[in-house]
Amino acid sequence: MFRNVAELVELAESENIQISEVMIRQEMEVKQLTREQVFSQMERNLDVMEKAIEDGLKGVKSHSGLTGGDAVLIQNYMKNHTPLSGNLLMDAVSKAVATNEVNAAMGTICATPTAGSAGCVPGTLFAVKNQLNPTREQMVRYLFTSGAFGFVVANNASISGAAGGCQAEVGSAAGMAAAAIVEMAGGTPSQSAEAMAITLKNMLGLICDPVAGLVEVPCVKRNAMGSSNAVVAADMALAGVTSRIPCDEVIDAMYKVGQRMPSAFRETAQGGLAATPTGRELEAKVYGISLKKE
Amino acid sequence: MKYRSVFDIIGPVMIGPSSSHTAGAARIGRAARHLFGREPKYAHIHLYGSFAKTYKGHGTDVAIIGGLLDYDTYDERISQSLVTARKNGMKIRFHEEDAHTDHPNTARVKIGDDDGELELVGISIGGGKAEVTELNGFELRLSGSHPAILLIHNDRYGAIASATAILAKNEINIGRMEVSRKAQGEQALMVIEVDQNIDDAILDELERADHITQVAKISD
Repeated sequence: MFRNVAELVELAESENIQISEVMIRQEMEVKQLTREQVFSQMERNLDVMEKAIEDGLKGVKSHSGLTGGDAVLIQNYMKNHTPLSGNLLMDAVSKAVATNEVNAAMGTICATPTAGSAGCVPGTLFAVKNQLNPTREQMVRYLFTSGAFGFVVANNASISGAAGGCQAEVGSAAGMAAAAIVEMAGGTPSQSAEAMAITLKNMLGLICDPVAGLVEVPCVKRNAMGSSNAVVAADMALAGVTSRIPCDEVIDAMYKVGQRMPSAFRETAQGGLAATPTGRELEAKVYGISLKKE
Repeated sequence: MKYRSVFDIIGPVMIGPSSSHTAGAARIGRAARHLFGREPKYAHIHLYGSFAKTYKGHGTDVAIIGGLLDYDTYDERISQSLVTARKNGMKIRFHEEDAHTDHPNTARVKIGDDDGELELVGISIGGGKAEVTELNGFELRLSGSHPAILLIHNDRYGAIASATAILAKNEINIGRMEVSRKAQGEQALMVIEVDQNIDDAILDELERADHITQVAKISD
């Protein structure tokens, strides 16, 4: 079982296999399942992600009314304009937003690694798909590669906003996505690790400050920015740019930053955007209406 | 290693919006349902910490009741679970508690009917993972790093042997085991941490074994 990114990359490179293959083999061993069983379980997750994006792009609204409809706005903008940041990037952003809007509306999603950060991995996947034209198998492998990096973060640091702030949720999700993009684009396992490191470095310190404690504001847009961060970092890694700080040390730094983060910034809705005048106003409105006793 | 499977990271498939407040909550409700063995006629849900403050917005209430109706985290009927449960005659009450608990997302679930009652405390630890920490007054001490099952059984000779024989036959290795009882000859329970994954077929087999009354997977 690999314990850190260095071991993961070493396993892949010494055996000349992809990161996704290392993850698949480990899962088969740990759960004592066949390759087909492991693969089909992940394919079902892929189907859920695809459906969530479809639903989100049709337009959804959350019960609180705080989020919904932005994915549609972005897609319409792309039809009528050439986005300054490029079509692929805005496509990723709109699909990440679509996923998190469906999540906020109590639709069905696949947590990657959590529900609040569920947009980054599928959002980037279904955007780069249009350019890289992967097979269905490569798309499933994208999820195993993401999962391998998330696995290291979950076991060595944290993937919970309550424990480590947003850097642990959207930061991890964005890093996982960046690593998977690199593999799908034909990069090496160490380039995947560089992409993860570059992404996470730029999400360090991000607090978890949901308005009214709901997984809506700013979570939906944080997934948009996490996705763009992932695409840019993947391109940088594919260009040969490396992180001066190794991936495992970045993960460790994220963990330590999270530990020293005051609890007001760890999913308690007591600080940051949640504590702004407008944040408090929205909170009162949401609970004034709906938090009646049964 | 707290997380053992790639599907802890890419998964679960779930109804939004929160892996800890919705999916984890549904799993707490479902663990209670499996241990009770049937749909209860009443449910008193006590919510603590972040659960108490934000349960409405996160659908923690419908998720726990959905679990009591045996819905999984991805079951779309979760959103209508309060209506369905009441239609089935379940009396439901939610209590927002101020008391401080060790874990920020804690729920105490009391369910029952004319034939029996069950009280369980569950915590939701992140990414949709949930653990049972207390059952009918028995405190459960789980490491959390291995799959675990819980068996309610009659305090009779042979009960433990019948459970471990089934695990041995299925090549499941026991890493840790704890047996407790309220009084000699009464209700007792086993908490078993294992190294391999336990599928539903094995749970069914355990439930049919001598002296075992209820079985549930409480951590995977």
